Order: sequence, then structure tokens, then C-alpha cells
Amino acid sequence: MDIGLGHYLAVAACLFTLGIFGIFLNRKNVIVILMSVELMLLAVNINLVAFSSFLGNLTGQIFALFVLTVAAAEAAIGLAIVVVYFRNRGTIAVEDINLMKG
Amino acid sequence: MALTALFFYLFAAVTVMSGLLVIVARNPVHAVLWLILAFFNAAGLFVLLGAEFLAMILVVVYVGAVAVLFLFVVMMLDVDFASLRAGFIRHASVGALVGLVLLVELIMVLGTRVLTGAGVGAGAVKTAVTDPNLTNTEAIGRLLYTQYVYFFQAAGLILLVAMIGAIVLTLRHKEGVRRQSISVQNARTPAMAVEVVKLAPGQVIVPSGERRG
Repeated sequence: MDIGLGHYLAVAACLFTLGIFGIFLNRKNVIVILMSVELMLLAVNINLVAFSSFLGNLTGQIFALFVLTVAAAEAAIGLAIVVVYFRNRGTIAVEDINLMKG
Repeated sequence: MALTALFFYLFAAVTVMSGLLVIVARNPVHAVLWLILAFFNAAGLFVLLGAEFLAMILVVVYVGAVAVLFLFVVMMLDVDFASLRAGFIRHASVGALVGLVLLVELIMVLGTRVLTGAGVGAGAVKTAVTDPNLTNTEAIGRLLYTQYVYFFQAAGLILLVAMIGAIVLTLRHKEGVRRQSISVQNARTPAMAVEVVKLAPGQVIVPSGERRG
């Protein structure tokens, strides 16, 4: 059977939903939340590359490349903040991050 | 074609399964390892789509850099991860509801497109991305270095800012650590560095304080 665009979009939709679900499931653990965000970005990348491939336009792949760059930068900064926070407070539980009363 | 379908279902199933295991794993180290597996299989999907360059970049950047960074942080921080899992079930019901609504919406959008044949997905034949003589990498390079060169430079700038930000955030100056001070070293004169001591017979030299730069 032929693999169409819909198949790839379905995989990406499942992965994106899992990312959202992961954020709710691990509300306290900021590292797993960051990993869930990475899963969601991966799902978006799959969408972009699938459309790029099936529409015959390379721009989607270029955009996926930029998404990858920003995701890498975001992971680096996020983990640096987590490390600094742990050094200062000795915990990474999300509900303890309330200094700004947000 | 049957082989392509087989590999698609293999990669897709493993990607979704390992994505699920990322979010339900008890041990965060295991979660990172499942994340690596998900990235590898997503790279396989990219290869099936004809995007070899992005597949390799995904393996290099995500598996080689981001996932290993996660692994380092998880292993470095001495966190009681068991206590962080309290309320797992309570949050699960809300999360499942939101996730279910989202999934249904996505499937509805997808399903109508595919069923009515209005969307691009309906019976779309995979077309050659550009000139078939070009490899995927070469085609991306031709586009990236001409039409999108400013965006490319901006991406480099983002990475530079991220690098500086991460260094500034995590760098700390410990007390009692000797550091090299270039200005002090360059300002040293023979008068500061050398001390001439008149020594009487039988006298012992007592150093007059340390002056290492």
C-alpha cells in the first residue's frame, strides 16, 4: 500500500499530542517538560519535511533546519537555567519556581 | 514500494512508542535514552521522505548534542526524581483530556482533507524536490546560501547568543582559586620580582611573603 502525506501527518500528530500529554503528566519535573517540548518540535519538523517532500518545494526543509537550530539553542539555555536554579535552590520542582509570583 | 511501506510503519511505530515511553518513564535517564531512540527513528522517516541531509543533521545535532546535554544534566543534578512524580495520576487525567481533544481535532482536520480529496495529501505523488541530478544536500545548499543567506546568518547569531548565554549563566567564580591575571603579569618589574638579600654566615633565609602572579 502506498504511503501518502496523511500517514506522515498522522505520525506527527501522535507525537505532538504525546508532547502535550507529557507536559501535563510531568508537571513537576522541568527536565521532562523540556524533553516533551523537544518531542513537539520533532513532530513539527516531521510535518515540515513531509509537506516539503510531497509538494516538491525545498523551503520546508530549510525551515525545519532553522527550527532545529532554535531547538538546540533553547535546550542549551533551558538546561543552563535548570543547572543554575538547582545550584541556588537545591531543587528543580516547578512549583518551587515562584520567586516572581507568576 | 512494499518495502517502503514496511519501513515507514516500522519507523513510525517505534517513534511513537518511544515518544510515549519518554513521558511515562520512571527514571529520567531512561527517558533521555527513549528520546534518543525517537530521534533516530524520526531520522529514518526523514530518509524515507528523501531528506537525507536533515536526517543526518537530526542524528548529529539532536542525538549527538541535545540528548547528550540532557543526559549530562540529568546525571549531574542530584535530584530526588521520585518525589517529582507525586501527583502523576492526578495530572494524568487532565493531560489525557487535553491530549485527547487535541488528537481528535488533528485527526478531524487530517481526515477531512484526506477524505474529501481537497487537500494536498490526497493521492499526492511524491515529486522530485528539485533537479533530479542534484542530491538533497546540494539542493539545500544552493537554496540556503543564496535565497536564505540572511536567515542562515541569523541562525548563526542565535547559536552564538545561546552559547554566550549558557556560559554566562553557568560560570561561577569560586573563592580561593588562583587565576591567571595577564595585566598583573605584564606589569611585573624586576624590582617586584627579585629580592636581593644580604646573607650573613649561618643565617637562614625567610621568604618575605609570596608574590606569585
